[in-house]
Amino acid sequence: MQTSLPTPSVTDELELASGAPPSSWQEFWRGFSKNKGAVIGLVFMAIVCLAALFAPWVAPYNPIEQFRDHFLTPPTWVAGGSSQFLLGTDEVGRDILSRLIHGARLSLFIGLVSVVLALIPGVVLGLVAANFGKVLDSIIMRVMDIMMALPALLLAVAIVAILGPGLGNALVAIAVVSLPAYVRLTRASAMTELNRDYVTAARLSGAGTLRIMFVTVLPNCMAPLIVHATMGFSAAILEISALGFLGMGVQPPAPEWGTMLASARDYIERAWWVVTLPGLTILFSVLAINLMGDGLRDALDPKLKTAA
Amino acid sequence: MFFYILKRLAVLVPTFFGVTLLTFSLIRMIPGDPIEVMMGERTVDPVMHAAALKQLGLDLPLPVQYFNYLGQLLHGNLGASLKTQTPVWTEFKILFPATLELAIMALLFALVVGVVAGVTAAVKRGSFLDHGVMTLALTGYSMPIFWWGLMLIMLFSSGLGWTPVSGRIDLMFDIPPDTGFMLIDAWRAQRADPSLNAGALWDAAKHLILPTIVLGTIPLAVIARMTRSSMLEVLREDYVRTARAKGLSPARVVFIHTLRNALIPVLTVIGLQVGTLMGGAVLTETIFSWPGIGKWLIDAIGRRDYPVVQSGILLVATLVIVTNFVVDILYGVANPRIRHNK
Repeated sequence: MQTSLPTPSVTDELELASGAPPSSWQEFWRGFSKNKGAVIGLVFMAIVCLAALFAPWVAPYNPIEQFRDHFLTPPTWVAGGSSQFLLGTDEVGRDILSRLIHGARLSLFIGLVSVVLALIPGVVLGLVAANFGKVLDSIIMRVMDIMMALPALLLAVAIVAILGPGLGNALVAIAVVSLPAYVRLTRASAMTELNRDYVTAARLSGAGTLRIMFVTVLPNCMAPLIVHATMGFSAAILEISALGFLGMGVQPPAPEWGTMLASARDYIERAWWVVTLPGLTILFSVLAINLMGDGLRDALDPKLKTAA
Repeated sequence: MFFYILKRLAVLVPTFFGVTLLTFSLIRMIPGDPIEVMMGERTVDPVMHAAALKQLGLDLPLPVQYFNYLGQLLHGNLGASLKTQTPVWTEFKILFPATLELAIMALLFALVVGVVAGVTAAVKRGSFLDHGVMTLALTGYSMPIFWWGLMLIMLFSSGLGWTPVSGRIDLMFDIPPDTGFMLIDAWRAQRADPSLNAGALWDAAKHLILPTIVLGTIPLAVIARMTRSSMLEVLREDYVRTARAKGLSPARVVFIHTLRNALIPVLTVIGLQVGTLMGGAVLTETIFSWPGIGKWLIDAIGRRDYPVVQSGILLVATLVIVTNFVVDILYGVANPRIRHNK
């Protein structure tokens, strides 16, 4: 089938030679790697993940250790900077690079956990709505409509205001806020799949509702869910940093990126690095994940390619 | 069309009641009871405590409390701030125009720049310009806007001294809050008393620039991406080819024939952006000390002023629901297929 391609790539030739069809993984990688931005995002995130994983060994200092002689030391390359602190120090003399590296742990952990916390109930509710008749469907979808009527950040802030600030509560808030999108997405794709012949066939061969839901239908709804989960991951990082900035997320002295910015406001006039660096880290990480999300969409879900 | 509106309304009403249930239960989920929260650190005499509970109707069963709450809402009673004792509605009325003015400016900014950028990218598809615009759009979409605000303040306010750091207008001006929209009020004050308020309008505009850019960034990115993909789709249509084949100028094909149809999906996106704008207003107003409802709510949460939090969230949610309803109706007007289909 590839013979008509004008310039077959190396992998194509190998496949033609061996006569085996490309594995699904190879096929995925071919779609994904066509998008240069996605590959750049993947490399960047791989570095961030490694740094987060090995933070205690990679980071030069303890993130909450205060060097009393080095308040607001500029980065190495700026006049007055010291080679001891590559990215400078903050207002109480903590090494910014170490804080950013340890902050990556927090942000990635929060992103991952909040996606899982929203994805699992979201998928279950979406499948239930699609499978168990009109009444349950309208109840679930109306509740989701209500949740979507509230601006995400405001709902998260309200939840944190009730439960009190802190990592766990912020996680719950972000998961609750992102739940409706997963429910709607799962329900919509499950509805389409349920009308297909293969589902009827499964039903005729005696598969129960649970089996139809999770074994027959769910795997075929995964593509949009994976793409959305990637975007949810980056949105969670943005939300946790916004909560941190408002003083309602991870509490100081923990080195969360947004929390680091909350106090940085006062140093706008004399210490640009305290303000600039944590924000750039957030921006680059979120951008990298979104670039990967675009690539995943191209590779997994070409139907969505034209959608914004 | 009439039935379409009715059908939309039928969805709207239960959603609204759901939101009241949500704001009602939010307050009931606070650990401890509201009397203790109101009294703060002071210890409460048990007799007074019971009396206060009774006075506030908090000793009744929850369903009864909920219906009392609904009754109060339907009478337009949203409660009063614990701090200022001012009715929440009065505070909201004063502060809302500030948020509305900012949100309108941000949306206009996002719409104008976003549509121009999206059309340019679509027309020059695959070019350097297209890639540049799309990279910028994705960057804007990924932006932590509170940090973006700090960066702009650092560069343009502290660094270059071009724009003020915070607030809506310089304190030396004496602006009567007639409409609540600072641009209009400042313009009127300037005309009424040119000697005292010379330059008031310009000053108000300067205060608006940075908050507008910050709040408009994410909607701008979304609108640019949406316009581009929608334009690309419409540009493939047969009637566009016909228009080209007739010999119409490229500008006429793009702006008269294509853009009008391409903007329909963009319209829905604008409706969805109202929620984003309200959420973004919380951050933007905090950074720029903008006296709107975003900052008001955050301050209220900070000092645990629960009536303000409860009713404030209800008002914002109502606003989002009503806007989406209006957008749905407009969408039905713009695209008859929508209202006949379902």
